Amino acid sequence: MSTASKRTVPFTWVAVGIAVVALLLAGVVSYYASAHPDGLEYVAGKTGFLDSASEHGAADGPLADYGTKGVDNERLSGGLAGVIGTVVVLLAAGGLAMVVRRRSSSSSDEA
Amino acid sequence: MHVPDGFLDAPTSIATGAVAVVAVGVALRGARRELDDKTAPLAGLVAAFIFATQMINFPVGAGTSGHLMGGALAAVLVGPWTGVLCVSVVLIVQSLLFADGGITALGTNILLMAVTTVVVGWVVTRVLLKVLPKRVGMVAPAAAVGAFVSVPAAALVFTGLYAIGGTADISLTTLATAMLGWHTVIGLGEAAITFLAVGAILSVRPDLVYAARDVIAERDLVIKPKESVA
Repeated sequence: MSTASKRTVPFTWVAVGIAVVALLLAGVVSYYASAHPDGLEYVAGKTGFLDSASEHGAADGPLADYGTKGVDNERLSGGLAGVIGTVVVLLAAGGLAMVVRRRSSSSSDEA
Repeated sequence: MHVPDGFLDAPTSIATGAVAVVAVGVALRGARRELDDKTAPLAGLVAAFIFATQMINFPVGAGTSGHLMGGALAAVLVGPWTGVLCVSVVLIVQSLLFADGGITALGTNILLMAVTTVVVGWVVTRVLLKVLPKRVGMVAPAAAVGAFVSVPAAALVFTGLYAIGGTADISLTTLATAMLGWHTVIGLGEAAITFLAVGAILSVRPDLVYAARDVIAERDLVIKPKESVA
């Protein structure tokens, strides 16, 4: 039963599935995210140390605060920033993991 | 919970930076055992998913919101060492590209969100899986509990850091109470997202879930002899 475990979903499908969900979340759903301050920011405001935050060094960057500079449409600006970020993280983390991984001399995988 | 520049003083930020460098260094060595040709691309995808999900702030009442941290989720899906690396990459990209989380606070944020949530989330999940019946169906609930606990744990660590190197003179009990309270609620969201994501992968390919491998191996060891007799 364990060897012939029904139909095995190919790894590629799982990978594409995760990528599509991530891109949709960052590119589309993020527009509907709550704009309220997060837990730390809220507590900092209430407790009275939010003012101690200083200007971010990359505050003038082209993607600062999850908006794309030069794109006026709010939905597009945020969505594009989200998609770019998702792809950058995918490549950076995936690339790092590929470098770190142990190479298999004989790969007997199905796909 | 992205800490901006200026919340913590320079010595504390340098200290957390040093701790973060060591932690990532150790994780780089440890991740080697977890990563192969298949799990390496999966690690990239998990990091991308965490980045995307962190953009979705969910309201938790009284004009406050929270978002996934993802340490427990990453640890359960790709292993704790790789989990530290995944969340660290997310935090570095967020700080440098999106001005989210201070650059001088990068070490602090890695310590809070990449190290604390991974360690706490992973340990809680592992302990639960040891105690609970050895079934694949137990992995997602165990991961959800680990995720839930990891968020107030990170809030506590922040409070501790603030006690050491906070730049404003505030009541630490007030800070601890507020941080713990709000992040317990946010932890429920962390638990829900972790449960759904781990459950989704488990339903299609349980063998891809790092924390489920021991359960699957033990289950197969129990089942196989019985089958061969019959």
